Amino acid sequence: MTTTPGDAVNDSVIHDIGFRHYDGPRLGRGWAFRSLLLETLRGAFGLGRPAKVKIMPWVLVGIFTVPAVVIVAVTIFTKLDSLPISYTAYPVAMSLIVSLFLAGRAPYAVSRDLRDGIMPLYLSRPIKRQDYVYAKFLGLALAVFIFIATPITVLLVGSLLATFPVGHEVWTWLGGMLMAAVLACLITSISLVLASFTKRRGLGVAAVLATLVLASGFANVLVSVVDMKSSRTNGSFFAVLDPYLLVDTLSGAWLGVDRYNGPSQPIGAVETLFFTAALVVLVGGMLAILLRRFRKVGGV
Amino acid sequence: MTAVSNLTVDLPAGVVGLVGANGAGKSTLIKILLGLMPPTSGTASILGFDCLTDGLAIREVVGYMPESECLPLDVAATEFLVHMARMSGLPANIARERAADTLRHVGLYEERYRPIGGYSTGMKQRVKLAQALVHDPQLVFLDEPTNGLDPAGRDEMLGLIARISADFGISVVVTSHLLGELERISDHIVVIEGGVLQRSTSTADATRLSGALLVEVTDQADAVMARLRERGAKVAASAASGTFAVEMSDEAVPSWVVTVVADLGVGLVRLQRRRHHLAEIFQTEADAAPQEVQS
Repeated sequence: MTTTPGDAVNDSVIHDIGFRHYDGPRLGRGWAFRSLLLETLRGAFGLGRPAKVKIMPWVLVGIFTVPAVVIVAVTIFTKLDSLPISYTAYPVAMSLIVSLFLAGRAPYAVSRDLRDGIMPLYLSRPIKRQDYVYAKFLGLALAVFIFIATPITVLLVGSLLATFPVGHEVWTWLGGMLMAAVLACLITSISLVLASFTKRRGLGVAAVLATLVLASGFANVLVSVVDMKSSRTNGSFFAVLDPYLLVDTLSGAWLGVDRYNGPSQPIGAVETLFFTAALVVLVGGMLAILLRRFRKVGGV
Repeated sequence: MTAVSNLTVDLPAGVVGLVGANGAGKSTLIKILLGLMPPTSGTASILGFDCLTDGLAIREVVGYMPESECLPLDVAATEFLVHMARMSGLPANIARERAADTLRHVGLYEERYRPIGGYSTGMKQRVKLAQALVHDPQLVFLDEPTNGLDPAGRDEMLGLIARISADFGISVVVTSHLLGELERISDHIVVIEGGVLQRSTSTADATRLSGALLVEVTDQADAVMARLRERGAKVAASAASGTFAVEMSDEAVPSWVVTVVADLGVGLVRLQRRRHHLAEIFQTEADAAPQEVQS
């Protein structure tokens, strides 16, 4: 198509250069995997999407980060000698906001693809079916990790401004990063499974939020009640029912840091093993369910 | 369930029309060829790749436009195409360049920056087509590309498909349950029914064998027919006065008609290539009676 202007005064012409062929490199499966992962990460924060998609994630980033800023301000101005909350406890204390973020983003990552029927397009690309599942999981887990890591890093900056011992702060902050990654993997896998069973985003949002919030409340009550009745820490085994409590317990077990919740006595080797195994089984099981769920999607 | 059975067919380059009723096994055949579904028995290869083992390599150089709705509604067409180009393995900057180019080639201009949710059916079909072409494949599978389009939209889509082969140099396998629309643009027609091959023919062969010229003159029809017979043409008179058919036994037949008509000084009202309608491929006996066919 050549567009020629009607009058001779305007001599700008759009030339049709024809269909150009591409004979450069084709980067294959690994690159396609990376692209899908990045697309999922961008989508989680509404990047490259209309403004209304951006509102929720960024409002939640704000709500989740502001308390950290306040804590830092209070710590500096009242000259506390340490942060009032540990790096690992922060996301557990703010678990409702993390759950809200997951409830919005997990259905956005998978329910939309199911509803719009995009799978056949992905399957006709140089990737394998499981690549889709892993890319979605890692992309969203990375988004959740960034979400959680942001206020934790604000806390680190604050503690350095308050001139707390640098070595100790950076070391415990790294522990916080590790536990943020563990928490991100765990809650992302659970949320994706719940979201992948419905094409309707609203239903996915409700399912994820209800599950995470109810599990949290349920597990906390059980832990408190059983602990009150028993002299030992049997009750803490119920922490496995709540992802946040599980990761909180693992923080105590692996890093020996203060837990947000639960008894303060040290965690034994048996319990450490139990909770570590529970984490592996949960994440592995959820991924297995996801892979199974997507085995038939796409009409192939 | 057997969707396709004992199907042995070679698909040449150019535009191949794959015709069959809904459920005939067209989509299944495409999925086997894309390497997404292994056949229970037998082999398939495409562009020299084995469909059973080289799925990834095939999907790097093949495009696929599904029949179903498959577009994200809250993303702009450009964004979506860039993503799909990257998914096909194109580097980021090339993906961006080709996304804009390809959308222009399928006829999407300013609207490409708006979310796809606001597009008409015709525009969505164009985006679906564009995502199959964006990575410059050697071959595209188009599954029912005219589905849901109005007659004008169908014509435009068929025109685009013809260009993909002729101008872009990309081979096309296009399916439809309507034989009539595929015969216009296909170089080769494959008919499957219930997963079984019915016919695989080149459209050029089909039209050459049965081609005829429909001629209508103002006067002296008998004299014109007599002179054409002298030149060795097979001529069949029709019931309508002044109208007759000449078999296309030679490429020169149309010029013979023109010469004879000019010599006799009569008016030539109609000189029309009467293409054997491909729907007649279904009939075992060609209908001998002269019939009007719109070309």
